Amino acid sequence: MSSTSLPSPSAEMQWVLPSRGRVGMFCLIAAETAIFTIFVIAYIFYLGKSVSGPTPKDVLELPIFASICLLSSSLTIHMAVKSLRNAKVGAFGLWWLLTLVLGGIFLGETGREWYHLIYDKGLTISTNLFGTTYYSLVGLHAFHVTVGLLMISVAMLLTVFGKVKPEHHERADVFSLYWHFVDSIWIVVFTVVYIIGR
Amino acid sequence: MASESIAIGRLDAPARQIGEILHDWVTTVDHKKLGLLYIMYAILFLVIGGIEATIMRIQLIVPHNNFVSPQVFNEMFTMHGTTMIFFVAMPIVFGFGNYFVPLMIGARDMAFPRLNAFSFWISAFGGLLLYFSFVGGNGLYGAGNAPDVGWFAYAPLTAKAFSLGHSTDFWTLGLLVSGIGSIGTATNLIATVLCLRCPGMTLGKMPLFAWMNLVMAGLVLLAVSPLTAAQVMLSLDRYLGAHFFDTQAGGSAVLWMHFFWIFGHPEVYVLVIPAFAFVSEIIPVFSRKPIFGYPIMVGATVSIGFLSFLVWAHHMFTVGMNSYANSFFAISTMLVGVPTGIKIFNWIATMWGGKIRFGTPMLFCIAFLLQFLIAGLTGIMLSVAPFDWQLGNSYFVVAHFHYVIVGGILFGLFGAFYYWFPKMSGRMYNDALSKWHFWLFLIGFHLTFDFMHIPGLLGMPRRIYTYEPGRGWDVWNLIVTIGVFFQGAGILIFVGNLLWSSLKGKFAGNDPWDAWTLEWSTASPPPEYNFATLPTVNSRRPLWDIKHPEDPD
Amino acid sequence: MLASLLLSASVGVGAQTNTPLPHMFDPRSTPADGIYRISRFVLSITGIIFVVVVFLLAYATVKFRQRAGDEDEPPQVYGSNQVELAWTVLPVLVVLILFLATARVIHSIQRTAKPAGAIEVVAIGHQFWWEFRYPALGVVTANELHVPVSDPSHPTPTFITLLSADTDHSFWVPQLAGKTDLIPNHPNSTWIDPHEVGLYLGQCAQYCGTQHAKMLLRVDVEPREAFDRWVQDEKKPAQVTDAVSAGRRVFETTACVNCHTITGTVADGRFGPDLTHLMSRATIASGAATNTHANLRSWIKNPDDLKPGSLMPAMQLSDKDIDALTAYLETLR
Ligand code: HEA
Ligand code: HEA
Ligand code: HEC
Ligand code: CUA
Ligand SMILES: [Cu+2]
Repeated sequence: MSSTSLPSPSAEMQWVLPSRGRVGMFCLIAAETAIFTIFVIAYIFYLGKSVSGPTPKDVLELPIFASICLLSSSLTIHMAVKSLRNAKVGAFGLWWLLTLVLGGIFLGETGREWYHLIYDKGLTISTNLFGTTYYSLVGLHAFHVTVGLLMISVAMLLTVFGKVKPEHHERADVFSLYWHFVDSIWIVVFTVVYIIGR
Repeated sequence: MASESIAIGRLDAPARQIGEILHDWVTTVDHKKLGLLYIMYAILFLVIGGIEATIMRIQLIVPHNNFVSPQVFNEMFTMHGTTMIFFVAMPIVFGFGNYFVPLMIGARDMAFPRLNAFSFWISAFGGLLLYFSFVGGNGLYGAGNAPDVGWFAYAPLTAKAFSLGHSTDFWTLGLLVSGIGSIGTATNLIATVLCLRCPGMTLGKMPLFAWMNLVMAGLVLLAVSPLTAAQVMLSLDRYLGAHFFDTQAGGSAVLWMHFFWIFGHPEVYVLVIPAFAFVSEIIPVFSRKPIFGYPIMVGATVSIGFLSFLVWAHHMFTVGMNSYANSFFAISTMLVGVPTGIKIFNWIATMWGGKIRFGTPMLFCIAFLLQFLIAGLTGIMLSVAPFDWQLGNSYFVVAHFHYVIVGGILFGLFGAFYYWFPKMSGRMYNDALSKWHFWLFLIGFHLTFDFMHIPGLLGMPRRIYTYEPGRGWDVWNLIVTIGVFFQGAGILIFVGNLLWSSLKGKFAGNDPWDAWTLEWSTASPPPEYNFATLPTVNSRRPLWDIKHPEDPD
Repeated sequence: MLASLLLSASVGVGAQTNTPLPHMFDPRSTPADGIYRISRFVLSITGIIFVVVVFLLAYATVKFRQRAGDEDEPPQVYGSNQVELAWTVLPVLVVLILFLATARVIHSIQRTAKPAGAIEVVAIGHQFWWEFRYPALGVVTANELHVPVSDPSHPTPTFITLLSADTDHSFWVPQLAGKTDLIPNHPNSTWIDPHEVGLYLGQCAQYCGTQHAKMLLRVDVEPREAFDRWVQDEKKPAQVTDAVSAGRRVFETTACVNCHTITGTVADGRFGPDLTHLMSRATIASGAATNTHANLRSWIKNPDDLKPGSLMPAMQLSDKDIDALTAYLETLR
């Protein structure tokens, strides 16, 4: 009557399936990629179509320092995960903290840039099409950085209170996928906004 | 369904127990209960959306009718389209996916049970938000107002200048929120199929049902996200004064169309692929033969999924694209007919040489085949861009897509309901009532949607609250409206049958259809853990192997 | 199953009635004709596919029923590469043929160059009415498009630029051409070359708001001389008659002038239709009503009675003023 009629797993059978954490994260990344694609298309589509100023050339400066910080944080999070996998919780904490700081600097720099644009240059989201697409694309990315930093902070707190164990390395690994994604999106945003669009 | 059996059946049960049961359903993370929640929620909205359709049809029964005002009519088709697509079709296919994917692949639950519950409740919240617009659309002083921008809400009709009040905001937010739920469920389905299959079930041995849900979930990830992005942009326009779709500040109305249909076209395949999945399980069992050409069925599904991202602008043949773009989207659209044709032929080949039993699920599947064929062929007519310049935005399009959605998907779904009802409830449905449902709905469907093609060909545009007499449209509209009442009666019988049979039906046993996939190996309804010991499989039809050891797959 | 039979039946019926219905199967202009011909081709190909597949399905359903008492399982067949290949390749060929025919028609309609004698019209969609401007002829009118008939030996097609003042609309007169949308910020164009004199009906085919249903469209195809006479009449400024000066005063002192133009007066609004030659039109409010005294009066009194949701407000005038106003409007020939 119940499942007893089916053969049960034989011990010698090799049966390995992908980890659901990684698969889930890849799905999330696929969906996010589609969202960013739409925003990037809108940005490119509206390049030069604003009916009034200011234009990107007038007001945008290359955020080199911020970009270096964000991109190197990919390296530090990689080191952090590696340390955890090798059961070095202390090293993990340091690399993790460094990631948090680098991401924080990036976010701060974005904040400064926005402050400058809004108060010195008078560019807001409703000024013209450039403002509309610029704030929404860069803002969408900054939102993802913020979410990432919040999660990093939570993990940081757990580390400080000694709750992070080497067996959590899989979770850290899955999260690092998200962080790498946010970084690579920045390369796209940077190219589109500050290089092609300027 | 179980909740009803308690609430209605045992009046003597103490009140606290009802509370407990409710609490149990609200906090559940069990994929079967969530599946049932999705399904019940969708049926509720099916009745609501159907009532909206009935209101429209009564208004159109004769020319110059005054049953509702133009404004109300426009709200009705907007709410009807939005409700049916996002709060009937989507949740119902998710419900079946949720319930049966884990059972068919021999798993104990979905990959992320709590995400699953979150996805359901946030989608449900989206539906409530949309319907709250009836109360809050124009603020309470305006006594509320539903959105009236159409289900694809073309810009700039959605801009603040043309759409005052909050009705459009409820539309946007409702879809945004339920879209998040859809992405969550899709992620869950993919992770479940890829990571939780029971030992021995390689991808090539998975039931087609699981394959098709996998492809459907992939489409959801890549198609719903652009809609989410576009809704965010629209909200920025409406709340923060951004200009994405503000044509007065250089924004583009056509960009919205592209964004919407990049979602909208794959979306229709999101809805139809699960219907393919039901048919691919039911036809073999009722023909007593394995599915014909399993590998090519998988291949066809994947290529439909792939092609569906290349055809979106066939909804935009009339917006003034250049001749090359029109030609490209015409051929890419026609090409979808090839893998779809393969499927139709393979289903017929599965029946060929079988010993077909005409249980109600099979009746619905045969009607599905016929109707989906016709709907696909009218789709091919629409894909011929010049022909579409005459047919686009006419009742011919409305007839085309109801033929697919009602004649295809809804018939497939009804088939699935009857097929799996014994598994979900442990009881058999009432056969006579199910036949009544089938015939009434079939007659109603054909009265309504066959005859709807004709005013379309004769030039009747869609989304008009009334029309001029003497254009040759009158008789057809009358017949179309009459059909709705047959459909309504059919659906009433269906709902009645479900309720009555889940309380009073005969016990069904584990495997009433003598079927072959894993869900039939466990109890009906399945226990919370699904399988006492996880099964192992060696072929596509594990139960066939057991029943026919002399002729295994 | 009935569908395709009915389709052809109804088309036949439509063509036979003595007051011909204005649908696409009765084309009177080159683009509509091209579409009509490809539509017949596509209908027959899909018709054949329909018959073949329905036959297979019906045969399978009837022939392979389970017979009473037969409980044995049928032979288990898993597939067949040759058969599957056949029903992959055949449809590909059909698609190819369909596509070639389609591409030919698309190009022949979309890539026709404007000949020298062509009439040029700018059609502007407004929420629930049409504005037609003939820049070369200096004519502005509304809702009823006048064009000359196009003699195949001296073609005088009409090329129409399509613009929108507010939301999306679509220009659709089935007997003359397929529809093309009017989209703000996105100029489009279409063309027609009616072969026969007559009145052709159409309507807005893209949802544009509350009164999308009553945004009807009439195309008057006239002999060349009649068209030229019409142009001459339309170019004149409005007639001035002392008998209706009371009505004219009401018009010029009310908000009417903000939205309507009457050449030769102070009225130069562009939000509503040009009224200079209002009486030359057979209908008012984009076909919502015929242009009779009673309808005109009722329209000015309260537009919502004829067309609820139209963007012209009721002016709350006294009956006396409305009578005077109507009398004045009726002199605008
Ligand atoms: C679930 C739903 C669903 C499905 C599966 C389809 C399937 C198809 N649709 Fe449809 N469609 C809709 C839902 C769906 N559609 C909706 C909702 C709209 C309107 C939205 C709106 O405007 O509100 C729409 C509108 C729509 C349009 C736009 C019309 C317009 O607005 O102007 C077009 C144009 O090309 C089109 C074409 C097709 C085609 C070619 C297919 C193909 O996939 C069909 C393929 C199937 C077959 C062809 C039959 C079987 C094949 C054979 C037997 C093989 C041999 C055949 C050949 C080689 C031709 N559809
Ligand atoms: C899942 C999708 C789905 C489904 C199932 C349906 C089902 C139906 N639809 Fe609709 N429809 C759409 C999706 C769907 N539709 C979409 C996307 C649009 C486009 C919207 C837009 O333009 O923006 C549309 C538009 C649309 C129009 C065009 C409106 C217009 O352009 O002006 C019409 C008109 O006839 C219509 C009718 C119907 C009818 C009669 C049914 C019937 O099948 C419904 C049957 C159900 C019931 C009747 C209710 C259940 C029974 C009861 C409650 C019992 C009591 C009732 C009675 C006895 C009558 N639909
Ligand atoms: C706020 C703008 C506005 C004002 C003020 C206004 N109208 Fe109109 N009028 C319109 C619009 C818009 C239409 C087209 C309505 C439609 O067809 O949906 C119209 C249509 C008309 C028509 C029909 C024209 C046709 O060819 O179909 C007449 C006649 C008319 N108005 C007369 C008047 C008179 C007389 C007044 C003053 C008492 C007036 N209007 C004031 C906007 C206005
Ligand atoms: Cu204008 Cu619809
Ligand atoms: Cu489509």
